[in-house]
Amino acid sequence: MSEPLVVIEGVNKHFGDLHVLKDINLSIDKGEVVILIGPSGSGKSTLCRTINRLETFESGSITIDGKTLPDEGKELANLRADVGMVFQSFNLFAHKTILENVTLGPIKVRKTPKAEAEKKAMELLGRVGVAHQAEKYPAQLSGGQQQRVAIARSLAMNPKVMLFDEPTSALDPEMVQEVLDVMVGLAKDGMTMIVVTHEMGFARKAADNVVFLADGEIVETNTPSEFFSNPTSARAKDFLSKILTH
Amino acid sequence: MADILARYDFLGAFWLTIQLSFWSALGALVIGTVVAILRVSPVPVLRLLGTAYVNTFRNTPLTLLMVFSILGASYVLGLEISDNVTTNIFYWAIIVLSVYHAAFVCEALRSGVNTIPAGQAEAARSIGLTFSQSLTEVLLPQAFRGAIAPLGSTLIALIKNSTVAAVIGAAEAAGLMAVIIENETGSVLVFFLFAVGFVILTLPVGILFTSLSRRLAVKR
Repeated sequence: MSEPLVVIEGVNKHFGDLHVLKDINLSIDKGEVVILIGPSGSGKSTLCRTINRLETFESGSITIDGKTLPDEGKELANLRADVGMVFQSFNLFAHKTILENVTLGPIKVRKTPKAEAEKKAMELLGRVGVAHQAEKYPAQLSGGQQQRVAIARSLAMNPKVMLFDEPTSALDPEMVQEVLDVMVGLAKDGMTMIVVTHEMGFARKAADNVVFLADGEIVETNTPSEFFSNPTSARAKDFLSKILTH
Repeated sequence: MADILARYDFLGAFWLTIQLSFWSALGALVIGTVVAILRVSPVPVLRLLGTAYVNTFRNTPLTLLMVFSILGASYVLGLEISDNVTTNIFYWAIIVLSVYHAAFVCEALRSGVNTIPAGQAEAARSIGLTFSQSLTEVLLPQAFRGAIAPLGSTLIALIKNSTVAAVIGAAEAAGLMAVIIENETGSVLVFFLFAVGFVILTLPVGILFTSLSRRLAVKR
Protein backbone atom coordinates (compact mmCIF):
# COMPACT_ATOMS: atom_id res chain seq x y z
CA MET A 1 0.00 0.00 0.00
CA SER A 2 1.60 3.22 -1.10
CA GLU A 3 1.49 6.47 0.86
CA PRO A 4 -1.56 8.64 0.01
CA LEU A 5 -0.81 11.65 -2.21
CA VAL A 6 -2.22 14.29 0.16
CA VAL A 7 -2.14 13.75 3.90
CA ILE A 8 -3.72 16.30 6.23
CA GLU A 9 -3.02 15.62 9.91
CA GLY A 10 -4.43 17.46 12.89
CA VAL A 11 -4.76 20.80 11.13
CA ASN A 12 -6.15 23.66 13.23
CA LYS A 13 -6.79 27.22 12.17
CA HIS A 14 -8.38 30.28 13.75
CA PHE A 15 -9.60 33.54 12.24
CA GLY A 16 -9.28 35.61 15.40
CA ASP A 17 -11.54 33.92 17.95
CA LEU A 18 -13.26 31.81 15.32
CA HIS A 19 -11.98 28.23 15.18
CA VAL A 20 -12.43 27.61 11.44
CA LEU A 21 -10.60 24.30 11.10
CA LYS A 22 -10.84 21.89 14.03
CA ASP A 23 -8.31 19.10 14.05
CA ILE A 24 -8.83 18.10 10.42
CA ASN A 25 -7.53 14.68 9.36
CA LEU A 26 -7.92 13.63 5.76
CA SER A 27 -5.90 11.62 3.29
CA ILE A 28 -6.40 11.49 -0.43
CA ASP A 29 -4.98 8.77 -2.68
CA LYS A 30 -3.52 9.29 -6.11
CA GLY A 31 -6.30 9.52 -8.67
CA GLU A 32 -8.97 10.06 -6.03
CA VAL A 33 -11.63 12.73 -6.52
CA VAL A 34 -12.87 14.21 -3.24
CA ILE A 35 -15.75 16.64 -2.88
CA LEU A 36 -15.72 19.03 0.08
CA ILE A 37 -19.28 20.01 0.87
CA GLY A 38 -20.93 21.82 3.72
CA PRO A 39 -22.89 24.88 4.77
CA SER A 40 -21.55 28.38 4.32
CA GLY A 41 -18.85 29.09 6.89
CA SER A 42 -18.13 25.40 7.47
CA GLY A 43 -14.46 25.85 6.54
CA LYS A 44 -14.52 23.93 3.25
CA SER A 45 -12.97 26.74 1.18
CA THR A 46 -10.45 27.48 3.91
CA LEU A 47 -9.44 23.82 4.01
CA CYS A 48 -9.04 23.79 0.23
CA ARG A 49 -6.86 26.92 0.33
CA THR A 50 -4.82 25.56 3.21
CA ILE A 51 -3.63 22.67 1.07
CA ASN A 52 -1.37 24.98 -0.98
CA ARG A 53 -0.91 27.37 1.91
CA LEU A 54 -2.81 30.32 0.52
CA GLU A 55 -4.15 30.12 4.08
CA THR A 56 -1.74 29.51 6.94
CA PHE A 57 -2.61 27.18 9.78
CA GLU A 58 -1.45 27.01 13.38
CA SER A 59 -0.92 23.36 14.12
CA GLY A 60 -0.84 20.06 12.30
CA SER A 61 0.81 19.17 9.04
CA ILE A 62 -0.02 18.79 5.38
CA THR A 63 2.07 16.47 3.24
CA ILE A 64 1.92 16.33 -0.53
CA ASP A 65 3.55 13.37 -2.24
CA GLY A 66 5.69 12.72 0.83
CA LYS A 67 6.84 16.34 1.17
CA THR A 68 5.68 18.42 4.11
CA LEU A 69 4.34 21.86 3.25
CA PRO A 70 7.07 24.41 4.10
CA ASP A 71 6.31 27.80 5.65
CA GLU A 72 7.43 30.28 3.01
CA GLY A 73 9.97 30.98 0.35
CA LYS A 74 11.36 29.17 -2.67
CA GLU A 75 10.49 25.68 -1.39
CA LEU A 76 6.85 26.61 -0.93
CA ALA A 77 6.76 28.08 -4.44
CA ASN A 78 8.14 24.80 -5.80
CA LEU A 79 5.52 22.81 -3.96
CA ARG A 80 2.72 25.10 -5.13
CA ALA A 81 3.85 24.56 -8.70
CA ASP A 82 2.84 20.90 -8.23
CA VAL A 83 -0.58 21.79 -6.88
CA GLY A 84 -3.03 23.25 -9.38
CA MET A 85 -5.60 25.70 -8.10
CA VAL A 86 -8.81 26.88 -9.74
CA PHE A 87 -10.61 29.78 -8.08
CA GLN A 88 -14.23 30.82 -7.90
CA SER A 89 -13.40 34.13 -9.59
CA PHE A 90 -11.08 32.63 -12.27
CA ASN A 91 -8.25 35.08 -11.42
CA LEU A 92 -6.73 35.13 -14.90
CA PHE A 93 -3.95 37.70 -15.35
CA ALA A 94 -5.91 40.55 -16.93
CA HIS A 95 -2.96 42.15 -18.77
CA LYS A 96 -1.85 38.93 -20.47
CA THR A 97 -3.43 37.08 -23.37
CA ILE A 98 -5.07 33.70 -22.87
CA LEU A 99 -1.98 32.00 -24.30
CA GLU A 100 0.37 34.03 -22.07
CA ASN A 101 -1.76 33.16 -19.04
CA VAL A 102 -1.21 29.46 -19.72
CA THR A 103 2.50 29.68 -20.64
CA LEU A 104 3.61 31.99 -17.79
CA GLY A 105 4.04 29.23 -15.21
CA PRO A 106 5.81 26.73 -17.48
CA ILE A 107 8.21 29.40 -18.80
CA LYS A 108 9.02 31.13 -15.49
CA VAL A 109 8.76 28.26 -13.02
CA ARG A 110 9.54 25.14 -15.06
CA LYS A 111 11.97 26.96 -17.40
CA THR A 112 10.31 25.36 -20.43
CA PRO A 113 11.44 26.92 -23.74
CA LYS A 114 8.82 29.36 -25.04
CA ALA A 115 8.00 27.48 -28.25
CA GLU A 116 7.50 24.23 -26.39
CA ALA A 117 5.38 25.91 -23.70
CA GLU A 118 3.18 27.49 -26.37
CA LYS A 119 2.71 24.20 -28.17
CA LYS A 120 1.65 22.48 -24.96
CA ALA A 121 -0.57 25.44 -24.04
CA MET A 122 -2.38 25.28 -27.39
CA GLU A 123 -2.98 21.55 -26.84
CA LEU A 124 -4.44 22.24 -23.41
CA LEU A 125 -6.55 25.15 -24.67
CA GLY A 126 -7.82 22.78 -27.37
CA ARG A 127 -8.64 20.20 -24.73
CA VAL A 128 -10.77 22.69 -22.78
CA GLY A 129 -12.26 24.05 -26.02
CA VAL A 130 -10.93 27.62 -26.15
CA ALA A 131 -7.95 27.26 -28.52
CA HIS A 132 -9.48 29.76 -30.97
CA GLN A 133 -9.44 32.45 -28.24
CA ALA A 134 -5.70 32.16 -27.53
CA GLU A 135 -4.81 35.71 -28.63
CA LYS A 136 -7.64 37.41 -26.75
CA TYR A 137 -7.54 38.95 -23.28
CA PRO A 138 -9.46 37.47 -20.31
CA ALA A 139 -12.01 40.32 -20.23
CA GLN A 140 -13.07 39.41 -23.79
CA LEU A 141 -14.12 35.88 -22.77
CA SER A 142 -17.26 34.65 -21.04
CA GLY A 143 -17.04 33.42 -17.47
CA GLY A 144 -17.24 29.78 -18.52
CA GLN A 145 -14.46 30.27 -21.06
CA GLN A 146 -12.31 32.09 -18.51
CA GLN A 147 -12.74 29.29 -16.01
CA ARG A 148 -11.76 26.71 -18.63
CA VAL A 149 -8.65 28.77 -19.39
CA ALA A 150 -7.90 28.83 -15.65
CA ILE A 151 -8.10 25.03 -15.64
CA ALA A 152 -5.73 24.89 -18.63
CA ARG A 153 -3.36 27.26 -16.82
CA SER A 154 -3.23 24.88 -13.86
CA LEU A 155 -2.85 21.82 -16.07
CA ALA A 156 0.09 23.40 -17.89
CA MET A 157 2.16 22.89 -14.73
CA ASN A 158 1.54 19.12 -14.78
CA PRO A 159 0.17 19.23 -11.25
CA LYS A 160 0.06 16.15 -9.03
CA VAL A 161 -3.20 17.30 -7.52
CA MET A 162 -5.73 19.96 -8.43
CA LEU A 163 -7.75 22.07 -6.03
CA PHE A 164 -11.06 23.59 -7.13
CA ASP A 165 -12.51 26.28 -4.86
CA GLU A 166 -16.18 26.60 -5.91
CA PRO A 167 -15.25 26.65 -9.60
CA THR A 168 -18.81 27.09 -10.88
CA SER A 169 -20.31 29.36 -8.21
CA ALA A 170 -19.60 32.60 -10.08
CA LEU A 171 -20.86 31.34 -13.43
CA ASP A 172 -24.11 31.97 -15.23
CA PRO A 173 -26.23 28.78 -15.12
CA GLU A 174 -25.77 27.97 -18.81
CA MET A 175 -21.98 28.03 -18.43
CA VAL A 176 -21.76 25.68 -15.47
CA GLN A 177 -22.03 22.56 -17.60
CA GLU A 178 -19.12 23.37 -19.92
CA VAL A 179 -16.81 23.75 -16.92
CA LEU A 180 -18.13 20.61 -15.20
CA ASP A 181 -17.65 18.64 -18.43
CA VAL A 182 -13.96 19.57 -18.44
CA MET A 183 -13.68 18.58 -14.79
CA VAL A 184 -15.40 15.23 -15.37
CA GLY A 185 -12.95 14.61 -18.21
CA LEU A 186 -10.03 15.33 -15.89
CA ALA A 187 -11.40 12.98 -13.24
CA LYS A 188 -11.80 10.21 -15.84
CA ASP A 189 -8.17 10.75 -16.91
CA GLY A 190 -7.07 9.96 -13.37
CA MET A 191 -6.33 13.44 -12.02
CA THR A 192 -6.32 13.69 -8.24
CA MET A 193 -8.86 16.37 -7.42
CA ILE A 194 -10.14 18.13 -4.32
CA VAL A 195 -13.27 20.05 -5.21
CA VAL A 196 -15.32 22.45 -3.12
CA THR A 197 -18.70 22.44 -4.85
CA HIS A 198 -22.42 22.05 -4.39
CA GLU A 199 -22.86 20.49 -7.83
CA MET A 200 -24.60 17.26 -6.95
CA GLY A 201 -24.50 15.99 -10.52
CA PHE A 202 -20.74 16.35 -10.70
CA ALA A 203 -20.34 14.67 -7.32
CA ARG A 204 -22.40 11.66 -8.41
CA LYS A 205 -20.71 11.38 -11.78
CA ALA A 206 -17.07 11.91 -10.90
CA ALA A 207 -16.39 11.81 -7.18
CA ASP A 208 -15.01 8.88 -5.21
CA ASN A 209 -15.75 10.40 -1.83
CA VAL A 210 -17.76 13.20 -0.33
CA VAL A 211 -16.43 14.91 2.78
CA PHE A 212 -19.08 16.83 4.68
CA LEU A 213 -17.86 19.68 6.87
CA ALA A 214 -19.78 21.74 9.40
CA ASP A 215 -18.43 24.31 11.84
CA GLY A 216 -14.83 23.52 10.93
CA GLU A 217 -15.11 19.79 11.54
CA ILE A 218 -15.33 16.80 9.24
CA VAL A 219 -18.72 15.38 10.16
CA GLU A 220 -19.12 12.64 7.62
CA THR A 221 -17.15 10.95 4.82
CA ASN A 222 -18.92 8.69 2.39
CA THR A 223 -19.35 7.71 -1.23
CA PRO A 224 -21.51 10.17 -3.19
CA SER A 225 -24.46 7.81 -3.66
CA GLU A 226 -24.49 6.83 0.02
CA PHE A 227 -24.01 10.40 1.20
CA PHE A 228 -26.79 11.88 -0.88
CA SER A 229 -29.30 9.07 -0.34
CA ASN A 230 -28.47 7.90 3.19
CA PRO A 231 -26.65 10.59 5.17
CA THR A 232 -25.87 9.29 8.66
CA SER A 233 -25.31 12.49 10.63
CA ALA A 234 -28.08 14.85 11.64
CA ARG A 235 -26.09 17.85 10.33
CA ALA A 236 -25.76 16.29 6.91
CA LYS A 237 -29.44 15.36 6.80
CA ASP A 238 -30.39 18.91 7.70
CA PHE A 239 -28.01 20.37 5.13
CA LEU A 240 -29.18 18.07 2.35
CA SER A 241 -32.83 18.71 3.10
CA LYS A 242 -32.16 22.40 2.56
CA ILE A 243 -30.35 22.08 -0.77
CA LEU A 244 -32.28 19.18 -2.29
CA THR A 245 -35.82 20.45 -1.85
CA HIS A 246 -35.48 22.89 -4.76
CA MET B 1 11.03 93.24 -23.18
CA ALA B 2 12.80 91.97 -26.26
CA ASP B 3 16.09 93.47 -25.14
CA ILE B 4 15.78 91.83 -21.75
CA LEU B 5 15.25 88.45 -23.41
CA ALA B 6 18.23 89.12 -25.66
CA ARG B 7 20.47 89.74 -22.65
CA TYR B 8 19.33 86.77 -20.59
CA ASP B 9 19.46 83.09 -21.50
CA PHE B 10 15.72 82.41 -21.34
CA LEU B 11 15.88 79.14 -23.31
CA GLY B 12 18.98 78.01 -21.45
CA ALA B 13 17.14 78.41 -18.14
CA PHE B 14 14.21 76.33 -19.37
CA TRP B 15 16.64 73.78 -20.75
CA LEU B 16 18.03 73.40 -17.24
CA THR B 17 14.47 73.02 -15.91
CA ILE B 18 13.93 70.23 -18.44
CA GLN B 19 17.20 68.52 -17.48
CA LEU B 20 16.41 68.78 -13.77
CA SER B 21 12.91 67.43 -14.36
CA PHE B 22 14.02 64.59 -16.62
CA TRP B 23 16.70 63.18 -14.32
CA SER B 24 14.59 63.74 -11.21
CA ALA B 25 11.60 62.00 -12.80
CA LEU B 26 13.81 59.04 -13.63
CA GLY B 27 15.25 58.97 -10.12
CA ALA B 28 11.82 59.34 -8.52
CA LEU B 29 10.45 56.49 -10.65
CA VAL B 30 13.26 54.12 -9.66
CA ILE B 31 13.25 55.01 -5.95
CA GLY B 32 9.44 55.18 -5.85
CA THR B 33 9.16 51.70 -7.39
CA VAL B 34 11.60 50.27 -4.85
CA VAL B 35 9.72 51.90 -1.96
CA ALA B 36 6.39 50.66 -3.36
CA ILE B 37 7.82 47.11 -3.48
CA LEU B 38 8.88 47.52 0.15
CA ARG B 39 5.37 48.62 1.06
CA VAL B 40 3.67 45.60 -0.53
CA SER B 41 6.32 43.05 0.52
CA PRO B 42 5.37 40.20 2.86
CA VAL B 43 8.18 41.15 5.31
CA PRO B 44 6.85 43.46 8.08
CA VAL B 45 10.22 45.20 8.65
CA LEU B 46 10.45 46.15 4.97
CA ARG B 47 6.86 47.40 4.95
CA LEU B 48 7.65 49.56 7.97
CA LEU B 49 10.73 50.92 6.21
CA GLY B 50 8.67 51.84 3.14
CA THR B 51 5.97 53.50 5.24
CA ALA B 52 8.59 55.47 7.18
CA TYR B 53 10.14 56.68 3.91
CA VAL B 54 6.83 57.89 2.53
CA ASN B 55 5.77 59.58 5.75
CA THR B 56 9.13 61.30 6.15
CA PHE B 57 9.49 62.74 2.67
CA ARG B 58 5.84 63.36 1.87
CA ASN B 59 5.48 65.45 5.01
CA THR B 60 8.69 67.48 4.75
CA PRO B 61 8.56 70.76 2.81
CA LEU B 62 10.55 70.50 -0.42
CA THR B 63 12.16 73.89 0.19
CA LEU B 64 13.46 72.66 3.53
CA LEU B 65 15.00 69.55 1.94
CA MET B 66 16.47 71.65 -0.84
CA VAL B 67 18.11 74.12 1.55
CA PHE B 68 19.35 71.26 3.73
CA SER B 69 21.07 69.64 0.76
CA ILE B 70 23.41 72.62 0.38
CA LEU B 71 23.61 74.27 3.80
CA GLY B 72 23.38 71.01 5.74
CA ALA B 73 24.69 68.20 3.60
CA SER B 74 27.22 70.05 1.45
CA TYR B 75 28.61 72.72 3.78
CA VAL B 76 28.24 71.26 7.26
CA LEU B 77 28.56 67.57 6.55
CA GLY B 78 30.93 68.09 3.63
CA LEU B 79 28.93 65.89 1.27
CA GLU B 80 29.84 67.76 -1.87
CA ILE B 81 29.24 65.78 -5.04
CA SER B 82 31.35 68.06 -7.18
CA ASP B 83 33.98 70.73 -6.45
CA ASN B 84 32.25 72.93 -8.98
CA VAL B 85 29.57 74.87 -7.09
CA THR B 86 27.11 74.92 -10.01
CA THR B 87 27.48 71.22 -10.69
CA ASN B 88 27.14 70.43 -7.00
CA ILE B 89 23.88 72.37 -6.87
CA PHE B 90 22.62 70.65 -10.01
CA TYR B 91 23.27 67.15 -8.64
CA TRP B 92 21.85 67.92 -5.22
CA ALA B 93 18.73 69.41 -6.77
CA ILE B 94 18.20 66.19 -8.73
CA ILE B 95 18.71 64.05 -5.63
CA VAL B 96 16.32 66.09 -3.52
CA LEU B 97 13.65 66.24 -6.24
CA SER B 98 13.99 62.47 -6.81
CA VAL B 99 13.84 61.52 -3.15
CA TYR B 100 10.91 63.85 -2.45
CA HIS B 101 8.77 62.82 -5.43
CA ALA B 102 9.59 59.12 -4.96
CA ALA B 103 7.19 59.21 -1.99
CA PHE B 104 4.40 60.32 -4.32
CA VAL B 105 5.38 57.83 -7.05
CA CYS B 106 5.26 55.09 -4.42
CA GLU B 107 1.74 56.03 -3.36
CA ALA B 108 0.58 56.29 -6.99
CA LEU B 109 1.96 52.80 -7.66
CA ARG B 110 0.37 51.45 -4.51
CA SER B 111 -2.98 52.77 -5.66
CA GLY B 112 -2.22 50.97 -8.94
CA VAL B 113 -1.55 47.74 -7.06
CA ASN B 114 -4.91 48.20 -5.36
CA THR B 115 -6.68 48.15 -8.75
CA ILE B 116 -5.57 44.52 -9.14
CA PRO B 117 -8.01 41.99 -7.68
CA ALA B 118 -6.31 40.16 -4.78
CA GLY B 119 -7.08 36.85 -6.46
CA GLN B 120 -4.52 37.50 -9.18
CA ALA B 121 -1.69 37.59 -6.65
CA GLU B 122 -3.02 34.32 -5.22
CA ALA B 123 -3.22 32.82 -8.69
CA ALA B 124 0.38 33.90 -9.34
CA ARG B 125 1.52 32.22 -6.14
CA SER B 126 -0.55 29.12 -6.79
CA ILE B 127 1.23 28.41 -10.10
CA GLY B 128 4.52 28.51 -8.19
CA LEU B 129 5.78 32.02 -8.99
CA THR B 130 8.07 33.45 -6.30
CA PHE B 131 7.33 36.84 -4.73
CA SER B 132 9.70 38.65 -7.11
CA GLN B 133 8.28 36.81 -10.14
CA SER B 134 4.73 37.67 -9.07
CA LEU B 135 5.83 41.30 -8.80
CA THR B 136 7.55 41.59 -12.15
CA GLU B 137 5.13 39.43 -14.15
CA VAL B 138 1.75 40.11 -12.63
CA LEU B 139 1.59 42.96 -10.12
CA LEU B 140 3.93 45.73 -11.33
CA PRO B 141 2.92 45.70 -15.03
CA GLN B 142 -0.71 46.14 -14.01
CA ALA B 143 0.14 48.56 -11.20
CA PHE B 144 1.98 50.88 -13.62
CA ARG B 145 -0.87 50.73 -16.09
CA GLY B 146 -3.41 51.43 -13.37
CA ALA B 147 -1.32 54.27 -11.96
CA ILE B 148 -0.59 56.19 -15.16
CA ALA B 149 -2.95 59.08 -14.42
CA PRO B 150 -1.63 59.77 -10.87
CA LEU B 151 1.95 59.24 -12.14
CA GLY B 152 1.27 61.94 -14.75
CA SER B 153 0.05 64.32 -12.05
CA THR B 154 3.17 63.58 -10.03
CA LEU B 155 5.38 64.33 -13.05
CA ILE B 156 3.62 67.66 -13.65
CA ALA B 157 4.04 68.52 -9.98
CA LEU B 158 7.70 67.58 -10.22
CA ILE B 159 8.29 69.85 -13.23
CA LYS B 160 6.74 72.76 -11.40
CA ASN B 161 8.44 71.87 -8.10
CA SER B 162 11.82 71.98 -9.86
CA THR B 163 11.49 75.77 -9.44
CA VAL B 164 12.26 75.22 -5.76
CA ALA B 165 15.84 74.49 -6.84
CA ALA B 166 16.11 78.27 -7.33
CA VAL B 167 16.47 78.65 -3.55
CA ILE B 168 19.84 76.92 -3.69
CA GLY B 169 20.90 78.93 -6.72
CA ALA B 170 20.15 76.60 -9.61
CA ALA B 171 19.94 78.70 -12.77
CA GLU B 172 16.68 77.12 -13.93
CA ALA B 173 13.63 79.06 -15.10
CA ALA B 174 12.44 80.35 -11.71
CA GLY B 175 16.01 81.29 -10.80
CA LEU B 176 16.34 83.36 -13.96
CA MET B 177 12.97 84.96 -13.37
CA ALA B 178 14.14 86.09 -9.92
CA VAL B 179 17.31 87.54 -11.48
CA ILE B 180 15.40 89.43 -14.17
CA ILE B 181 12.94 90.84 -11.63
CA GLU B 182 15.85 91.85 -9.41
CA ASN B 183 17.88 93.51 -12.14
CA GLU B 184 15.33 94.73 -14.70
CA THR B 185 11.62 94.90 -14.07
CA GLY B 186 8.92 93.15 -12.11
CA SER B 187 6.34 93.62 -14.84
CA VAL B 188 3.44 91.27 -15.25
CA LEU B 189 4.84 90.37 -18.64
CA VAL B 190 7.87 88.68 -17.07
CA PHE B 191 5.66 86.50 -14.86
CA PHE B 192 3.43 85.77 -17.79
CA LEU B 193 6.34 84.72 -20.01
CA PHE B 194 7.67 82.24 -17.46
CA ALA B 195 4.20 80.94 -16.67
CA VAL B 196 3.64 80.26 -20.37
CA GLY B 197 7.00 78.50 -20.47
CA PHE B 198 5.85 76.08 -17.78
CA VAL B 199 2.46 75.53 -19.39
CA ILE B 200 4.26 74.61 -22.61
CA LEU B 201 6.24 72.01 -20.64
CA THR B 202 3.42 70.57 -18.56
CA LEU B 203 0.36 70.70 -20.83
CA PRO B 204 1.69 68.08 -23.30
CA VAL B 205 2.68 65.87 -20.36
CA GLY B 206 -0.89 65.99 -19.11
CA ILE B 207 -2.35 65.23 -22.54
CA LEU B 208 0.15 62.40 -23.11
CA PHE B 209 -0.57 60.72 -19.77
CA THR B 210 -4.32 61.05 -20.16
CA SER B 211 -4.19 59.34 -23.54
CA LEU B 212 -1.78 56.70 -22.22
CA SER B 213 -4.01 55.95 -19.25
CA ARG B 214 -6.90 55.42 -21.64
CA ARG B 215 -4.97 53.23 -24.08
CA LEU B 216 -3.07 51.13 -21.56
CA ALA B 217 -5.90 50.58 -19.09
CA VAL B 218 -6.21 46.90 -18.23
CA LYS B 219 -9.65 45.63 -19.23
CA ARG B 220 -11.37 43.93 -16.32
